[in-house]
Amino acid sequence: MIGKLLSYDPPKSRVLGVVLAIIVLGLALAPFLFPGAAAINTAAKICIFIVLVASYDILIGYTGIVSFAQTMFFGIGGYGVGLSLYFLGPTWPVLALGIVIALILGVALAFVIGLVSLRVKAIFFAMITLAVASAFLILATQLSELTGGEDGRTFRVPELLRPGTKLLEAPLFGLEITGRIAAYYLVFLAALALFLVALRLVNSCFGRVLQAIRENESRAEALGYRVVYYRTLASCLSAALAVCAGVLSAIWLRYTGPETTLSFAIMLDVLLMVVIGGMGTLYGAVIGASLFILAQNYLQKLMGVASAATEGFPLLPRLLHPDRWLLLLGVLFVLSVYFFPTGIVGRLTQRARK
Amino acid sequence: MADRIPAEPLLRLEGVHTHIGQYHILQGVEFDVPEGGITMLLGRNGAGKTTALRTIMGLWQPSRGSVTFEGRAIGGLTTPEIALSGIAYVPETMAVFSDLTVEENMILAARSGPLDRKRLDWIFSFFPAMQKFWHSPAGVLSGGQKQMLAISRAIIEPRRLILIDEPTKGLAPAIIEGMIGAFEALKRETTILLVEQNFRFAASLGDTVAVMDDGRIVHRGTMTALSADEALQTRLLGLSLDAHQ
Repeated sequence: MIGKLLSYDPPKSRVLGVVLAIIVLGLALAPFLFPGAAAINTAAKICIFIVLVASYDILIGYTGIVSFAQTMFFGIGGYGVGLSLYFLGPTWPVLALGIVIALILGVALAFVIGLVSLRVKAIFFAMITLAVASAFLILATQLSELTGGEDGRTFRVPELLRPGTKLLEAPLFGLEITGRIAAYYLVFLAALALFLVALRLVNSCFGRVLQAIRENESRAEALGYRVVYYRTLASCLSAALAVCAGVLSAIWLRYTGPETTLSFAIMLDVLLMVVIGGMGTLYGAVIGASLFILAQNYLQKLMGVASAATEGFPLLPRLLHPDRWLLLLGVLFVLSVYFFPTGIVGRLTQRARK
Repeated sequence: MADRIPAEPLLRLEGVHTHIGQYHILQGVEFDVPEGGITMLLGRNGAGKTTALRTIMGLWQPSRGSVTFEGRAIGGLTTPEIALSGIAYVPETMAVFSDLTVEENMILAARSGPLDRKRLDWIFSFFPAMQKFWHSPAGVLSGGQKQMLAISRAIIEPRRLILIDEPTKGLAPAIIEGMIGAFEALKRETTILLVEQNFRFAASLGDTVAVMDDGRIVHRGTMTALSADEALQTRLLGLSLDAHQ
């Protein structure tokens, strides 16, 4: 059963299997294990980014396409749902309509970009996606009547998902079951389902063709595979997954804006998560997203503790000051790339093979 | 200079010119590949043999001339279209997909459906290593095994024509001997155009031969005739069969 769910592609290392099981269990029980708004917010963000990073890994890791437009599709998902709920009202049919509109727009855009530019060299494709994503960001910021401009839009979600909605009269294991918990489990289950779909995709014959194209285009063509067709299809599927991640983000935040969905800082974070986790392995998305977001959210606090603990030592308290968290994050990233050039998952898999 | 070659050709190249960047590599190549058996394409290094195969396969587009396969012009077709028309290509670089397993490499090449068990057993009878390493990533195979995989991939389904570029390059003599057996069996069911530097290997397998020099065909005939004529070998290839024994 589990083998089938994982498309017969289980983690190739026992350590990796244990770590992944801990992450999934941690996320599944997060509201009960780590009560508090900050913790559940971090857990939801991890779920959303696992989908977004997995979608990007299908492009960069499995197909060898470097794109900078992934956050644009993430934004299309967020704005599609956000604007639908904002203008048409917070109901389930409107939410579904928003998802459909976002998916159609995202996939159509990916199709056009793919057809027009996947025939050119990789660097030009990357530049084209950068240009299109920039244009979309500017458009979203300037069409303020529609999008709310730089402030974005805050909207209401269907009643079941609202924090004020009480779903159970009595607390469950000490936790009050509100719409916020329902929203978390919607995000968690949708992310799990989308991740399994992505796993199925890369383990299908289609996924093998993508890997063949990544390794050598001419060889794949000589076997009769039309590279542009497969690359375009991969772009569309990756875009659809990124749109879904954007939808989940909008549902969770009840807000959509350029900073939370379209910014290039997010694109950079996604790239780092893919590299840290390991390119060309979807389990890397789980590891990369979890580690990066945990570091992003808790490194400052950890550094504060470390800085206080090292008081009296020369230089150390100042180096470990919470304000320098980005510096430490950068150092950690450099070290992880140095020691795990194939990412954490790649390294663990290689070790298990030996 | 040329012997008479019977039968309607399966593949015909007429006045084919190919430019790669500023270089004029093929300069009016003309030769036929008759149906059945093995046609050897021989020549010194840099004569244009690999470019000829890549041009047939559509990996380089000919700037002039025509390539006809089964009476149909394939000169302007894309590589996938040519592959799907029944031509398989084994490049000289042990062209396997190293991240994929041997099984996945074979599945990718089987375009018309699931792997045929009977045919797979037939392939395993030539290349037992493929069965042994069935679930291993192709990247861990030795050079010879990678070459066997590349050939296995090309024959996983019946093809009308198989283009093979220097299959013995860098391989140990024992592996080459094994490969001769495989090609002997293979040529009974399909047509092969084989580029080769190892004259002994070519002489033991070839039925017809075309020799290239400086981007042109300088000799066409039967392999038997070329093998028997040492002076011709020396003139065309700068070597004799004895030198390679």
